Parts: sequence; C-alpha cells; structure tokens
Amino acid sequence: MSSFILRRLWQMIPTMLGVVLLVFFLFSFVGGDPAYLLAGKISNKEQIENIRTQLGINQPYYVQLWIFIKQILTGDFGVSWATNEPVSHIIATRIGPSLTVLIPIMIIEAVLAVLVALGVAYVRGSLTDRAIMVICTVAMSVSLLVYIIIVGQYVLAYQFGWFPVQGWGESFSENLFHYSLLPILLGVAVGIAPNTRLYRTFILDEINQDYVRTARAKGLSEHKVMLKHVLRNALIPIITNLMIYLPSLLIGHFLIERFFSIPGIGREVILAVERSDFPVIKAITVYVAAATMLSNLAADLLYKAVDPRVQLK
Amino acid sequence: MTAPQYQASPGLWTLAWRRLIADRLAMISLVVVMAFFALMVASGTGLIAAKWADEVAVGYAPPSLFGTPATAVKNATSVSTTEPAENLYPGTVKDPLADEIAELKVQLGAQPGGGAKSSVGAGSTPLNDEIDYKDLDLGDLKVVDPIGAELAEILATTTAAVEKPRVDSLPFGADKWGHDVILKVIKGSETSIFVGLAAALVATIIGTILGAVSGYYGGWIDDFLNWFYSIFTAIPYLLLILAIAAVLNQKGVTTIVMILGLTGWTGVYRLVRAEYIKHSTREYVQAADAIGASNMRRMFIHIFPNVSHISLVQLSVHTVGFIKSEVILSFLGFGVPVDKVSWGSMLGEAQNELILGYWWQLAAATIAMAILVTAFSMFTDALRDALDPKIK
Repeated sequence: MSSFILRRLWQMIPTMLGVVLLVFFLFSFVGGDPAYLLAGKISNKEQIENIRTQLGINQPYYVQLWIFIKQILTGDFGVSWATNEPVSHIIATRIGPSLTVLIPIMIIEAVLAVLVALGVAYVRGSLTDRAIMVICTVAMSVSLLVYIIIVGQYVLAYQFGWFPVQGWGESFSENLFHYSLLPILLGVAVGIAPNTRLYRTFILDEINQDYVRTARAKGLSEHKVMLKHVLRNALIPIITNLMIYLPSLLIGHFLIERFFSIPGIGREVILAVERSDFPVIKAITVYVAAATMLSNLAADLLYKAVDPRVQLK
Repeated sequence: MTAPQYQASPGLWTLAWRRLIADRLAMISLVVVMAFFALMVASGTGLIAAKWADEVAVGYAPPSLFGTPATAVKNATSVSTTEPAENLYPGTVKDPLADEIAELKVQLGAQPGGGAKSSVGAGSTPLNDEIDYKDLDLGDLKVVDPIGAELAEILATTTAAVEKPRVDSLPFGADKWGHDVILKVIKGSETSIFVGLAAALVATIIGTILGAVSGYYGGWIDDFLNWFYSIFTAIPYLLLILAIAAVLNQKGVTTIVMILGLTGWTGVYRLVRAEYIKHSTREYVQAADAIGASNMRRMFIHIFPNVSHISLVQLSVHTVGFIKSEVILSFLGFGVPVDKVSWGSMLGEAQNELILGYWWQLAAATIAMAILVTAFSMFTDALRDALDPKIK
C-alpha cells in the first residue's frame, strides 16, 4: 500500500514538471512582454526597464524558470499585480468559501444523481426512462445553466426574497446556512443532469451481468439486488468521476461564484483574467493541477476500499 | 436491425447508415442540425441576416408576435406591453418573470430607466443615419452621445420628415440599439456554430494524428506523447482555456478557435491511440508491411479507415462541447470581439436586460442554443450507437 503511494507520487514528478514548463512557456513566450501590460498606455522606456528588472524578466530564461520553480515550492508567488495582495494570501482566503459551496453541491448532487440513475436504469427503455434522458440532454445545454442561475437568482432571491440575493459573511454557519443555500440549490439543479446520464450508463453496464441474474434467482428482493449488488459494482466508475471532477469543480462553478459574489477561487480566476493578473493565474493553475493529480491518487485508493478485488500495483 | 444476407456483405458505413435511418429521433435531430448548418452558411455568405446591424426599431422594442400588436404600442417600455404576452401564454417559462417585472415596474412608478433609454435611442437616430456607425460599440456611443443629442435637436426641426422611421415593435423584439433580435440570433448562431465546428475540426485532427503516431510506433514516442497528454489533462480544461485567454489577451474568432482546438485534443488522442495499439499488430497490417507499404501508408491508408468512425463521433461530441465553451467564454467577455455577435455575447447583454424586464433577447439566444445543442447531442448519441452497436 505505502509502496504504491510512494511510486505514484514519484510518477507525478515528470507530469508536474511538464505542467510547470507549460505554464512557464505560456506566460513567458506566448504572452508577450508583461511590462507593457503593467505600465499601461502612457509609458516611457525607463519605466518599462524598471518593471522588467523588478519582475526579473531581463534575466536569462533558465534563471526565470528556476525562480518560478522556487516560487511554487515555497508557495510565495509575490503579490498580485492588480491589488498588491500576496498571492498566497489570496489562495488561502478564497479556498474556504469555494469549498463551503462546492462540497454540499457535490454530496447532494452525487446522492440524488445516483438515486435517479438507479431508478431510471431499473425501468430502462420505458417512457419514464426516455423522458428523463431527454430532459437531461436538454438541461445540459449551457444556455440553460446561465438561464437557471440568472432566473433563479432573479426570481427566488430578488422577487420572492426567500434567499439573500448575494453576499458573504464572516462566520462559517452564517455562510453555509444563509448565503450558500441558493447557490447550492442552483448548483445541484445545473449539475444533476449530466451526472444522471453518466451514472445511468455505468449502472446499465452492471445490470445485465450474470451475477445480477444469479442474485435474482436466489430470490433476493429487488431492493437488495439494486442497492447491494448493482450499486456496489457501479460505484467504481462513479467514484472515479467524482474524484476527477473535484478539483475542476473549484473552477467549474465560477459562474455561480460570480453571480452570487462568493469570494472563491473560481471568481478569483475570472477577475485575474479580466485584469491580466498573471501571478494569480499562474499560482492557481499550478496548484489546481497538483490537486488534480493527488485526487486521482485518492480515487485509486478509494477503489480498494470499495472493491477488495482491486489490486494496487 | 438484422440485415438480410446479400452476396456482397454491406460495409460498416452502409450498416451504420441503415441503423441511423431506422432511428426516427436521430433523423429528426439530423434535420434540425442540418437546418442550423444551412442557416450558418446562408448567414455567412450574406444571403440572410446581412443587415442585422441596421437599427430598424426603437431600443428594446417589444416582440409583437407574443401578444403585442404593433399599432397598440406607443411607448416601447410601458407596463401594458408585457401584460398581453402574459395572458396569452400562461404556460411558458417566461411568464412568471413577466409578472414579476410588471409588479416591479408598478413599484418603480414611471420606469425612469426604460423611458430614458428609449429617448436616447430616438435622439441618436439622425446621427446614425447621417454617418455610418455600424461598427460602433457601446463605449464609443456614450462618447458621441452629447453631440448626438444636439444634432438630433437641429435635425429634428429640419429633416424630420426625411428621417428613416423606426418601428415601435418587431415580431421578435429588438435589443438596446434597435437591432432585430431574430436577425441577431441568426448572426450569433453563425459565429457560435462556426467556432464550435472549426475548433472541433482542429482538435480532432490533432488528436487523431498524435494518437495514430503514439499508438502505432509505441516506444519512446508513445511515452513522450503520453507525458504530453498527462500534462494537458492535469490542468482542468476551463482553467487552461482561461489561462490561455488571459495570456493572449486578444479577442477574435481565430484566437478562440485556436484556444479551444489546441487544448481540446486529449479525448480524441486517448481513444485513437487505444485503437491504433490494437490494430497495429493485426494481420492486415502485417500483410501491408509484407507488400512494402510505408509506415505512413499503413497508418493512414490501411488502419485509419478502420478507426475513422471514432474520429467522426469525437468530432460530433467536441462540436457540441466547444459551442458550449464558446458561449461561456463570450459570456464572460473573453470570447468574440465586440463587433461580432454570438450566443454568448447575447447572453452577456441579456443578463442586465432581464432586471429591466426585457426578456426577449435572453429567450431568443437560449431557445436557439438549447434546440441546437439538444438535437446535436441526440444525433451524436445515435451516431455512436449506429457506428458501434456493441455499446448500448
């Protein structure tokens, strides 16, 4: 077990190095001279030179790359170009609000989607099944996503006043039970359709297997067959899906964070792109990539817990 | 669907086409998708919607097709314009909203925002007729507005009769500048579908070539390309797109096609690579080797036809995905430039209009997009089922 983890961590190093190189290449070669960006429209040569020295971009590339790697390892990316707030502080303070909204969305969504998928897979081919699948397909178009958020916020919060329109407080419980309720509700409404479709195919893969017929032949109740036999075997791809999407959810729900002014990572990325705030984008990209790889590892470890037959090698 | 026995057995594509035709839902979807493509081509060549930028109506002219007769409307933003629509279509999604808006407007009293908007629109009309300001964006309009108001006063007294009249309502309503929303949606569809299709082509070609090379040669080439693949998949897709958008910092259709195409090839690569690994050791490839076919010939003349259905399905899948991505990018303002219109930029505008009660632009873009994406997704599913009957 521990040797498996060590080996996997070791294998992550070249990929991580590649991510660092890709980000470095993007921001150092493709993007052009950031000094001009920073100096703005009215700038003279002297100013530009000053900024270049400050950023260290008149040094050779290998030195710049080394600086970048040191930044990643120490977590010190300097300050944001737009607000002068330390980048490490930005990330540390934005991750909490993001998780406050995202973790409930993920749990509720996963439970509901699995239940609905079990239901429609059980009555597969019927009118109910087809109708729900068509609804899911329609709901997967992004315009509806935007529509749900805009209309949801407008009607439920602004007009009916059931929820706060937007905002964020100091205490955790206030944030979770007051400000996050509508974002969570809308997030679940948006995300449930694609997951239901996906989980249905996973469950259908299992439902026609021989062991299911055997279980029925033994006289087990339909409940037991579906929940104990089918679901447990379908859990592996479902867990993979959940774990793989956990880090990208940080970014994926940026629309919700934007509309509800939740000070999270996703909103920070949008702001940073709008302001060409490169240090923030670089830092978030590298760390989210690292988180993605770690959660892939966690998914592999979870397999073992779910299915004892899985061999870790 | 079992095909009867023929002397010459039908090929993969014939069989797949037969299965596809038998699927009625797939054929309906295909017709819808083709209609959108025809619309894109017609709009792109200037056959229709070429004059979408003409300011034919007053700002936010209401949609007359939804219960507002054109003659009855005097004030484009009065409360009464929204109420008939509400009564006629009690079941539609927009109605609760219209109700709320009406209430809101009553609360607000004289709806100052709407009134001001329409007067500004009317004031700038003569100016726009005198000088061709087609490519003007909102920011510029604000700058020239003071002069426009002065000019309007002078012109109104002199050339009022000659001035091209603006209608009070349109079948599908008008946007802030008085553009016909239906023409705008068609023009927006052109941009969005073109971006989706072009980006999907780029991604599929890159993914197929890299996957073919990787799976066919194996060895260090495979290792290297796999490393490349793992880098791109380690960074969440949207984050990567946004990072590149931030770096390039220039808007344009070509830019966004490149961003989406160059980042989206990973899915195609993985699938094509797996197929090439499987095929490269098969007997027919060995036979091709024996008769002296070159590596390139074996890869693309012999093996490719056997895996091309995967590329085709992926092309279809990615077109839908990239249309969605384009909408998000343009919605956030990182996508198409200001002088272009796409579904995303329409949604971006509509976001603020909704608060004022002008729902028609949001509805038009949403409906157009929902129809295409739904039809395209269903067609893709059917295509996959038809080409690979084992998956079901």
